[in-house]
Amino acid sequence: MKICFSLNGQPAEFETPPSLRLSELLREKAGLRGTKVGCDAGDCGACTVLLDGAQVCACLTPAARADGRRVETIEAQTENLTRLRAAFHRHGAAQCGICTPGMLMAASALLAEVPTPTPEQAKAALGGVLCRCTGYTKIIAAVCDTNPAPDAPAPLAGKAVGAAASRLDGAAKVAGDVFGADLWQPGGLVVKAIRSPHASARFTLGDLAAWAQSRAVQVFTAADIPGINRFGAIPPFSDQPALAESHVRLRGEAIALVAFEDDGRAAPDLTDFPVEWIVNQALHSPAEAMAPNAQRLHETRPGNTLIKGTVRRGDAATALANSAFVVTASIETAFVEHAYIEPEAGAAWMDGDVLVIRACTQAPIMDRDETATVLGLPQDRLRIIPSAVGGGFGSKLDVSLQPLIGLVTLKTGRPCRMTYSRAESMASTTKRHPAQMTGRIGCDAEGRITGLEFDGLFDTGAYASWGPTVANRVPVHASGPYFTPHYCASAHAVHTNNPIAGAFRGFGVPQAAIWQETIYDKLADQMGMDRLEFRHLNALRNGQTSVTGQEMQAAGIADCLAALRPHWQRALLAAQNKPGRGVGLASCWYGCGNTGLPNPSTIRLGITPQGALMLHQGATDIGQGSNTVISQIAADALGLPLAQVQLIGPDTFLTPDGGKTSASRQTYVTGRAAQAAGGALRADILRRLNMGDTAQLSLSGNTLTATEGTQTADLSLATLAPNPFGYALMAEETYDPPTTGLDENGQGTPYAVYGFGAQMVELAVDDSLGTVKLLKVTAAHDLGRTINPLLATGQIEGGIAQGIGLALMEEYLPGRTENLHDYLIPTTGDMPEIESLLIEIADPNGPYGAKGLGEHVLIPTAPAILNAIRHATGAEITRLPALPHRILTAIQKAKA
Amino acid sequence: MTDYLRPAHLEDALSQLGDGPWQLLAGGTDLYPATQNATLTGGVLDLTAIPALRGITPTAQGLRIGAGTTWAEIARADVPPALRALQQAAEEVGGRQIQNAGTIGGNLCNASPAADGVPPLLAVDAQVELCSKTGSRLLALSDFLIGPRKTALRPDEVMTAILIPESGLSGASHFLKLGARAYLVISIAMVAVRLTAAKGHITGAALAVGACSATAQRIPLAEAALIGLPLADAPDAVTAEAVAMALSPLDDLRATAAYRHTAATELLRRAIAETCKAIS
Repeated sequence: MKICFSLNGQPAEFETPPSLRLSELLREKAGLRGTKVGCDAGDCGACTVLLDGAQVCACLTPAARADGRRVETIEAQTENLTRLRAAFHRHGAAQCGICTPGMLMAASALLAEVPTPTPEQAKAALGGVLCRCTGYTKIIAAVCDTNPAPDAPAPLAGKAVGAAASRLDGAAKVAGDVFGADLWQPGGLVVKAIRSPHASARFTLGDLAAWAQSRAVQVFTAADIPGINRFGAIPPFSDQPALAESHVRLRGEAIALVAFEDDGRAAPDLTDFPVEWIVNQALHSPAEAMAPNAQRLHETRPGNTLIKGTVRRGDAATALANSAFVVTASIETAFVEHAYIEPEAGAAWMDGDVLVIRACTQAPIMDRDETATVLGLPQDRLRIIPSAVGGGFGSKLDVSLQPLIGLVTLKTGRPCRMTYSRAESMASTTKRHPAQMTGRIGCDAEGRITGLEFDGLFDTGAYASWGPTVANRVPVHASGPYFTPHYCASAHAVHTNNPIAGAFRGFGVPQAAIWQETIYDKLADQMGMDRLEFRHLNALRNGQTSVTGQEMQAAGIADCLAALRPHWQRALLAAQNKPGRGVGLASCWYGCGNTGLPNPSTIRLGITPQGALMLHQGATDIGQGSNTVISQIAADALGLPLAQVQLIGPDTFLTPDGGKTSASRQTYVTGRAAQAAGGALRADILRRLNMGDTAQLSLSGNTLTATEGTQTADLSLATLAPNPFGYALMAEETYDPPTTGLDENGQGTPYAVYGFGAQMVELAVDDSLGTVKLLKVTAAHDLGRTINPLLATGQIEGGIAQGIGLALMEEYLPGRTENLHDYLIPTTGDMPEIESLLIEIADPNGPYGAKGLGEHVLIPTAPAILNAIRHATGAEITRLPALPHRILTAIQKAKA
Repeated sequence: MTDYLRPAHLEDALSQLGDGPWQLLAGGTDLYPATQNATLTGGVLDLTAIPALRGITPTAQGLRIGAGTTWAEIARADVPPALRALQQAAEEVGGRQIQNAGTIGGNLCNASPAADGVPPLLAVDAQVELCSKTGSRLLALSDFLIGPRKTALRPDEVMTAILIPESGLSGASHFLKLGARAYLVISIAMVAVRLTAAKGHITGAALAVGACSATAQRIPLAEAALIGLPLADAPDAVTAEAVAMALSPLDDLRATAAYRHTAATELLRRAIAETCKAIS
């Protein structure tokens, strides 16, 4: 039917199927791709648009219903939207930016009714839009502060580090950024995957040719894969086929691809795809998988053991036997879904004989290497261009659709595109490992930790993914940031037919912290010591050794705890004699970068003969802010203003390897490379001008000027012959953290830099219903040197939000919670007030002293919540999430 | 090609219904999530262009709520305190996007055990008006809801209105919803309470609990126990036994059955206390 309506103030007319989702009409027919699709079910609000001024989910609105009405999208230019965009940018309210269009539209509907809303009004109005990055704090602040503020002056040369600079990619985010699903070559193919409905099954394919012909589609299977049909994040463990060959190991595993013309016609019906399944008994728990007669998921892995990691120091058993106090405890956590609002999406096309894949990712070089292997391509014939990434949190480290769309384009020579549905994304991509953790911690009569034994069983699901990393990281970190002289910790990753457990913000350390920090509270109570002082007493100090025998050199945990002390004393007093009120505390530490393995980053910085300063930044910014932070570091190391830095990349043809965005490594590792590149370029300039190191640089037009005291010297860039990269001046530097591998007892220097933190939670428990109201989180994090306080506090708030979800509501159940209404993540109304305390204990290895922060911020939240619940009610939670019925049962048990 | 009709008159909608299977589309907040396609498939009869299905109007017998009235319209309406519970439910359905699109009739016809609209309407003795081209009939809401996703709606019928008798419009009401997060949440349990009182004593009580049975239920034993009590004594007069008699909750991913029993009782007591405050 033909529909006519006002679209962003202009008359618009479309021929459309009447029940087409309005989101599809806007994106596919109107070309307005600022409206994002996160779930197609009204659960996430990313597609929020205004219909006659009222916010609606475009994905639930039939196109026909727009006829004769007024539709406004993020592309509208209204006064309210302009003010909101500026406020979001100024407040750092957009991180990855995928929810930002929905947030802005919801907020603009609010401002039309209430020009200066209260935070409560803003939370209610935005309650229907989910954000996984920000913790909503800065979003709500921005909505309540839209009066134009004077522009903050841009940081001067040499003053970028430490400045609360707005994101360099922020303007794009508040306009509706270009994510994986938002850019493709027209006239190509659309790709869909056929996936297994079974967790374990053999299959045989029917007459594909006949079926394909009847549907006017092309079908691709494992038989079409030209290279090695195996990928995996850690090459020695590569075990995952891009398309299953004869049997599947998890629900949601892809067995075939169907490609059809991208001509706007309805997608073909795939429900009768010719496949026969022979369903096997699936192994749904580590206990089942470890049973002596259990079927092996992978022939080479007896007992379904992927890996065991152990760290051993001293004699834990004897130390515990001789301890004045020992607490033994077990706790169990669930599968946790990353729940980024952007489902996996991307496009592929040929550029000459080069296959180009543009998709959401955290690790472009790994994508290139793994996809090239699957497709049998040399690496110089595969170009990976990361799109803007709508949240990753670890899951987008693994390839998802890259080999799939690459295969279709390589086989057909035609462009293609693919977007996962929400259900497909949730079923087929990785999760946080469920952990069954048990063990004991002891201390002496004075409260000093004597020994610790820990045993963790991690359900690593069907394929290896990052299971080995989790199994290695957990034993290194299970002591917490405390001096633990006698230690034995092991982590065991076991395959099941459950979802693949991989990387998720913290690689298993958040689970271990839940175990160790809840025991710390009980030990302090047994001792009769204040819980904060007990931690402070045992906090790792410089010169002490960690459980891997590494000498600490910038340990900030005692400083974090000391910073919390006045807040702690206030909070304890405030909670006193108030039924249900509780205060809890937990610490964290986290090594930045790969565990005892090389993980270099390289940064290239060049100045063109025309005077453009270009930063080749290969680190993907998935919302955490590396585009801005790395630029700040490079600008200061060079000595030119941040505003003159122009970003290139990431793009495997344009940027050197910035490594993966994981393990809280970008600020530290890529930051060090940027510092070195800036420094090298500066040294080159000063040498050419024969000026000393204290000279001030400026860049105007194509002239570089150095000034030192009364001396001035100019360098005309136009006179320099450009190098093969086209630069008059260029520096490229690599940094790799100085680490060592771990020996058979897990001893060594696995990380060069550790970050530290502690968080305090104040809450109220309703002891009749088992519900929790979070009142305030005070978070002290030692980030060595704050490169950008706006982005740092944004990371803290977002990490806390994910920690709240982990503690109180998130549990992924295959086949049952493959959507965002049964799988719950926090909304605007679930966030407490957050106060961030930025502690700066400079690390000699970090750029300007900086340490990583991204994962640290999630680790203490959940155990601090559990400790506060126990403080309030006596309830000990032994299984997460702490849903109301579990809390109520624990309260009743504590009372009995 | 999808058949899609969006008539402006009820008669036109009803005349289509005899003729082939149609899906009735109102807010779209249940039909669209049920498919992963870009369009709905099969015949779709969009009821949102029919003015007669919208709005809240007093009648000689009580109050009529058009089945196509949105949650947002209900939340903003000027209605007696007996419907405050329904308004509170309206403010807790999904987020604002869902409230602006979703309709009360759609909520009832979708017949989720956790439908937010049902307990407040059970508490006001609501009836539903079902129309076909051969006539219309009234059913008590409790008779209309047969089970999870099952109603008494015939394929040739449209739910046109919810009718609340005058007797259901007296007194004050309160709604409480319990879930694991603040917004956009499917209830673990929810309750609606409506009380009438005279001289500080309860003269009428309607208690309803949702998400704890195949369909939301009234709690007759607990209602009976409240009659004649002083307002101050009312909350504690609800016993777990009386509540349990009326409910048959399940263990699911949101909570256990045992928890739902406990929570239903506690929520009823709290909602009664709130309602008593509103009356006195």
